[in-house]
Parts: sequence; structure tokens; C-alpha cells
Amino acid sequence: MFDVAIIGAGVIGGAVARELSKYNLKTCILEKENDVAMGTSKANSAIIHAGFDAVEGSLKAELNVKGSQMMEELTAELGVKYRNNGSLVIGFDDNDMNHIRELYARGVKNGVKDLEVIGKEKLKELEPNVSNDAVGALYAPTGAIVCPYDLTVALIGNAMDNGVQLFCDFKVENIQNVDGKYVIQSENRKVVKAEYVINCAGLFADKIANMVGDNSFTITPRRGEYVLLDKECGQVVSHTIFRTPTKMGKGILVTPTVDGNTLLGPTSENIDDKCDCSTTQGGLSAAITGAKDSVNNLQLNKCITSFCGLRAVGSTGDFIINSPCQNFINVAGIESPGLSSAPAIAIKVMYMLLEQGLVLEPNLEFNGVRPAMHEFREMSIEKKNEIIKKDKSYGKIICRCEGVSEGEILNAIRTNPKPVDLDGVKRRTRAQMGRCQGGFCTPYIMKLLAKEQGVPLTKITKKGGSSQIVYYELKNGEEQ
Amino acid sequence: MRDLIVIGGGPAGLSAAISAYEAGIKDILIIERGESLGGILQQCIHNGFGLHKMGEELTGPEYAERYIDKVNELNIEYKLNTMVLSVSNDKQVVMTNEDEGIIVERAKAVVLAMGCRERSRGALNIAGTRPAGIFSAGTAQKLVNIEGYMPGKEVVILGSGDIGLIMARRMTLEGALVKAVCELMPYSGGLARNIEQCLNDFDIPLKLSHTVVKIHGQERLTGVTIAKVDENRRPIPNTEEFIACDTLLLSVGLIPENELSKTAGVELSPVTNGAIVDQDRQTSIDGIFACGNVLHVHDLVDFVSDEGEIAGKSVAEYIKNGLNRALDISVKTDGKVRYTVPQKITDRKDVSLYFRVGDVYKNTCVKVYDGDKLLYKKKKIKFAPGEMETVTIKKELLDGVKELTLKIEE
Repeated sequence: MFDVAIIGAGVIGGAVARELSKYNLKTCILEKENDVAMGTSKANSAIIHAGFDAVEGSLKAELNVKGSQMMEELTAELGVKYRNNGSLVIGFDDNDMNHIRELYARGVKNGVKDLEVIGKEKLKELEPNVSNDAVGALYAPTGAIVCPYDLTVALIGNAMDNGVQLFCDFKVENIQNVDGKYVIQSENRKVVKAEYVINCAGLFADKIANMVGDNSFTITPRRGEYVLLDKECGQVVSHTIFRTPTKMGKGILVTPTVDGNTLLGPTSENIDDKCDCSTTQGGLSAAITGAKDSVNNLQLNKCITSFCGLRAVGSTGDFIINSPCQNFINVAGIESPGLSSAPAIAIKVMYMLLEQGLVLEPNLEFNGVRPAMHEFREMSIEKKNEIIKKDKSYGKIICRCEGVSEGEILNAIRTNPKPVDLDGVKRRTRAQMGRCQGGFCTPYIMKLLAKEQGVPLTKITKKGGSSQIVYYELKNGEEQ
Repeated sequence: MRDLIVIGGGPAGLSAAISAYEAGIKDILIIERGESLGGILQQCIHNGFGLHKMGEELTGPEYAERYIDKVNELNIEYKLNTMVLSVSNDKQVVMTNEDEGIIVERAKAVVLAMGCRERSRGALNIAGTRPAGIFSAGTAQKLVNIEGYMPGKEVVILGSGDIGLIMARRMTLEGALVKAVCELMPYSGGLARNIEQCLNDFDIPLKLSHTVVKIHGQERLTGVTIAKVDENRRPIPNTEEFIACDTLLLSVGLIPENELSKTAGVELSPVTNGAIVDQDRQTSIDGIFACGNVLHVHDLVDFVSDEGEIAGKSVAEYIKNGLNRALDISVKTDGKVRYTVPQKITDRKDVSLYFRVGDVYKNTCVKVYDGDKLLYKKKKIKFAPGEMETVTIKKELLDGVKELTLKIEE
């Protein structure tokens, strides 16, 4: 019997879990996929927004500004890459500039610090590669970039280190209230009982809410397609470059990533299927065209991959953070600026639980620090050699594009939350994320996973389920 | 300080090391990241290697063995399972392996022989889902030939370059059904003998002017949508066709792997993606040489070995006496010729210029001009992008020349 069950192991579920792990509670996370960060948390723009975009007085505005202020310290504690690179919303005509001035005013009201409306000259000084047709911009120095799946993994890993339990492959099928406690059943007949339930189920938060009789909102999947450029392209821009936002969202941006790539996108269109993460020819072209309109000198022949994420758009237009029935909290409709708001959302949920009667006794053993997974890569040669002497697997490079050693991969495989497939290893180590996209290192990583899990190579998958890489061993000549 | 470090123990590196040794350089270290010497040849178990050089049809490992045996016979030092992390412009090489950790060695000269890598699906921006079952042809080859596992049962191959063709046959021989090889261009990029022996012999359809436009399948690939393309390589609407398959092999381009060359500051050609070199295969940095696929992508390993010999002999000369820089001739192309290697001539000696054309040209000549003056002409029935060609310019023709231009002309 748990005090709190969190449904959804995305960045929101992770942030809530980590916040609750500061208290003496029995907390669990229930995740339908075989790993954490499998939904929107791994496929977004990775921006920590300054907070000028959201409507004044909205939850989005309040929690974005608060969350973004907490992000630097949080990422430092968790060993997650973060860079305060600043944002620029560029304008091309009077209309845009009026809109930009509105955003400025809104930002000030929302409490965003150091905002500035700048002209063409300062803009070109800050970003020489911005389109020559841009006439000015909103400059938000507090904007930042982060690695969203790294953050999710670290939040949950640290939460687990502090006592939270993670149950993957737990797809919630129904929730019943029995004697004031929640009985949560999974599709594969597992049962978890909890006093309080936090619904952080992203795209399926409406479905979960329906299970307790709350039919007050729906979640619409809104697709965003992205194109990622090689690190070789260097820093064509150092700030995150936005266009003026529309009803459908913040528009196509051009941004550096914390790892040194350049990210273009996202597009924005509502779709029907919450499980459809396919990219489209039209979408990818639009992402590229949109990016070209904003920034010159993009080396578009140096694309290394493209992908798609689905925003969980709530029908109310704002974050849906409420309690439709006793001890059940919705954290739904967390589209942009969801990532930025995550730490503040977690605090808000904590207070809501307090109000509902949950006793929060500080966990004196709580340790909020998690060693960075990429720590080894940044060390000096001397420090690296000290580690290699103790563990020689750090001396062997597996992913040559990103320079990832076997030691780092094994460490990631053995650290909570443990990855079970190639994509899980990829998200935690960057191995397979380089320009050859796993062409070289995949067979090696398969063997490492197979050895750790004690299974044959045929059982190693890309992302669980039927996504095995190889079908059978040739010398036996038969299918296994 | 060592005399010579050769980065890469594949055919180019082995050949360069042996030639350097035979020209008098004894203190050589070959650095190889794989578990054995031989490079990519280790997984090329089909034959056809060595036809030109040895007059025999060897398999990849057999060809490599000739050179590996020689390296062992000569007692040339090599490190396996060792990855080079960087090369500086003053020939300091940083490398790492399990037993020694990260070590730094300096040499009087370095030969870059790191080979090439394959272009991925991501680089092509093919739309659709991102399931398992999409492999570059070389990775699939490694899984089949080295690891001994079957990566797929029903296969579509994109790209009719040699690797795609070889894998079409390989997968078929292991029991897979190869449903089609799609090729973006109106002609195949592979060797004519491979079209015969890998596709025609197995009744595998070759769809020219076709490409994959969409990928299907959530966890594992369930099929691809292919479409015909127009003269500009754009998909033609309403020509889409769905082919059910669980495997897509990509043979869509090889790119010289010059990450290390960049750490050294070597000047690269935007056309070949390899270093700009002179006839001795010396790069823009004194004492750093390049040969093999890292310089430009070859079709035949025989020529890779030849190039290794050039680099090996030159680097030996560089170490012993320095190289004679009597000339400064640029080699240009007319656009029909896509590139030449070398791009510069710096010494008065017979030079073989290797080149590739950008399209298929029939019943025409390759000509070498010094301004308006025609120096050399060779007639050929057919020039194709998939077949590397060479012209040899005698040293006497180089006198007084500032710039040579290679053209395809009647």
C-alpha cells in the first residue's frame, strides 16, 4: 500500500516523484512503457522558457516563471546539462514588432526579469546569422536550454535513490476507490493500492481522469516535427531563436542544444492518433523552410536525424492542475511551457497534497545530488586514467561519434532507472546519437546489454515489444 | 618520438606501413580500433578482391591476410582495440584502450587511413516512424558476417551502390527474401559485375529512379512506401507503392571519416570530404599524409593498396630527407569530372590522377588541359560515377604548368 501513486514517468511525474521523495512517504511511479521519458518528455524543443509567452494570470505563466527560476539549481544537483543561452523572438515587420511589444509587457507582468525589446543593430550583434529581414526582437536573457530526457531520467533516478519505486510496463486500465483508498489495476493484471493518486499521464491524462469519473477535459495530440543538424555545423546561433507566436504555438525555432547540435522545429498540427509519432515529408520540409526564414547559413545538408513529438494540449487552454475528487490530483494538459514549469508544478502538487491531509515529514536521509552521467567525458586525461586504472572498461570507446566509453555505457545500464533497450541506453549516454546514428556502435551496445541482462542477442530490442534487432542466430540455422 | 604513426589498420594503413618499412622506416606504430587488423575487409567475405593487383579473386579477409602476414613478418608494431581520440597539427596522437588507458604519442609523420562511414537514414530525412529494422548495409553486413545473426527476413534495399548489391545477395543466400533494390538515380552506382552477380542472378528487381518516401511500423518495420522520382530526384506524386518488409538496408553513400583530420586542422575538400593532397598524398599539414577511403571513396581495394604504397613511400622519403617541393600546380575539374585526387602536384614526377565523373558519359574522352593547351587525351566507351578512373601524366608535361584542368569532352 503506497501513500502516493504517480501515473506517468515523464518529466512531470519525475519532478513530482523527486519532490515527494524529500518526505517520508511510500511513493511509486506507474509507467505504461518499458522505460521513463517515453512520451513528450523525450521529443520536445528542450527549452526552459523565460515565461513571457503565457497569458497573465494563467497557471502556465505562474509556473513557467517559477519553474525556470528553479531550473539552474535543480539541473546542477542532478548532474543534468543546462545552459542559460538566452532567447530572442524576432520580428520582420511592424505587426511582429507590435506583437513583440505585447509579449514584453506580458513578460514584465508575469515577473520575467531583464526583458528587452531590441532593434536590428543589437540583434545582428547578438546573432550575426539571423535573417537580414529581421527588424528587431524581444531579448530574454533568462531563457535556457536543457536535455529533457536526461532531466527526466535524473529526476526519477534520484527519486528512486531516495526511496521511490518505479513500475514500468504498468499500463493503468482502471482505478477504483475502495474504502477511501485507490486500487489501480494494470492491463496485465497487476494491482497497486495508494492513498493518493497523481495523474501525470501526459497524452492519456484525460483517459486516466475518466477512470475516476472526471470527464471535464480532453487532451488533443498536437504533432511537432523536428530536424537535428550535426555538431559540425557549430554554433550558427547561440541564443534560441523564436518567431512571433501564433494560436498554434511558439512556431518554428532554431536553437542550439546543450550537446552542441542545432535543432530546427517544431511544426504544429493537431492529429487524431495519440500514438502516431511519425514524421511527414511536409512537416520536415516546413521545419526546414521555417528555420531558413529565421536564420542564414544553416548547413541543411548536415542533417543527422529528424523526429516527432506530440504535445498534450488540454481543452481548457491552460494547465489542468486540480483535484476532481478526494486525494486525486490531475496534472494534465502540460504542453509548452511544461518542461520549464516542471519543478514548480511539483511544488504546487506537494502543497495540494498537504491541503488534502497528506502528512509531509521531512526525509532526513534525502540526498538530492546525482552524479552526472557525462561526468567522465569532461574530465582531464589524468583523472580519466585514474578511473581507467580502476575500471578498464572506461578505456574502451564504443560510440566513436560521441566518444562514449564502455564504462559509461555499463554505468548507465546499472544505474536507476535502468534502461532495458538500445533507445534507453541512447537517451542516457548519447551513444547512437552521433552522426552515424548507431551504424558503428549498435552491435557493441547490443552485446553489452545482452551480457548484462543475461539474454541472447535476439532478445535485444530498440524500444521494447517486438522491436528486436536480429531474428535468429545463423549458425543454428533456425529461428529462435 | 616515433618515426611514423599510421591511424587505421585496414588495407590503406597496412599498405602504407609496409611500404614505409620497405623504404627504410623501422619505427612504425599502426593503431587499429577493431579486434583485429584488416579493417572493413574482415566483414567482406565475398570474393572479387585483388583481381587487378594479384590477378586472383580473393575474399576480403584473404586479401587482408596477405598484408597482415607481411606486417607480422616484418614485425611492424600495432595496437588493437585502440581508438585514436585526436591528432594535433604537430603530429601528437592521443589514443585510448582498456589496458593502457589514454596515452599520448608523438611522431615525425602520421598517415591518416581511417576509412569511411555510411550515410544514415537520418541524413536523408526519410519521413515516417522510427522502428527497429533499419540498418545501413555495412552494419547489417557486420551482424551477419561477424556476429552471425540474421537482421531480417523480408528486405528492401535503398541504394544500388556495391554494398547494397553485395548485401542483396548476402541476405538472399542466408534465406531472406529481398523484394527490391531501389536506386534514386537512373543508373546504378555499383560495379557492373555486382549488378549481374548480386541482382540478376537472383532475380532481385532493380528499381531505378525510385526512392523510399515513408517508413511504416511502430516497433519493428512493417513496410516502406517507395515512389518514382523525376529528373530532379523529387518524388513524383501518385507513383507511391507500398512494399511490406521487416528490414530496410541503406546503401546511400559513403563519407570519408575525417573527424580526426579536423582535429589536426587538415584542409578538406568539400567535394570528396577527404583531405586535399598532392601526388605524394601529403595533406595541407607537413608530415601528415592520407590514403584510402579516408581520402576519397574507392571502388576497388586494389587501388586503395596502391594509394597506400604511394603514401608509404612518400612518408618514408619525408622522414629521411624531406620532400622536394619543386612545383605548385593545382588540378581543377570541369564539373563533369567531379573531383581528382591528388588536387595538387608539387613535384616533377609522373603523376596518376584518379578521378570520378558526376554522371554517365558515353563515347567520349577525358582530356587534360594546361589552359588551352591539350596535354593528354584518353578515349573511353563509358565513364560512370560508380567507377573510379585514372589518367597518368608524364613529368615532362608538367614543365611550366600552373594549373591543370580535367574535362570530359568529345
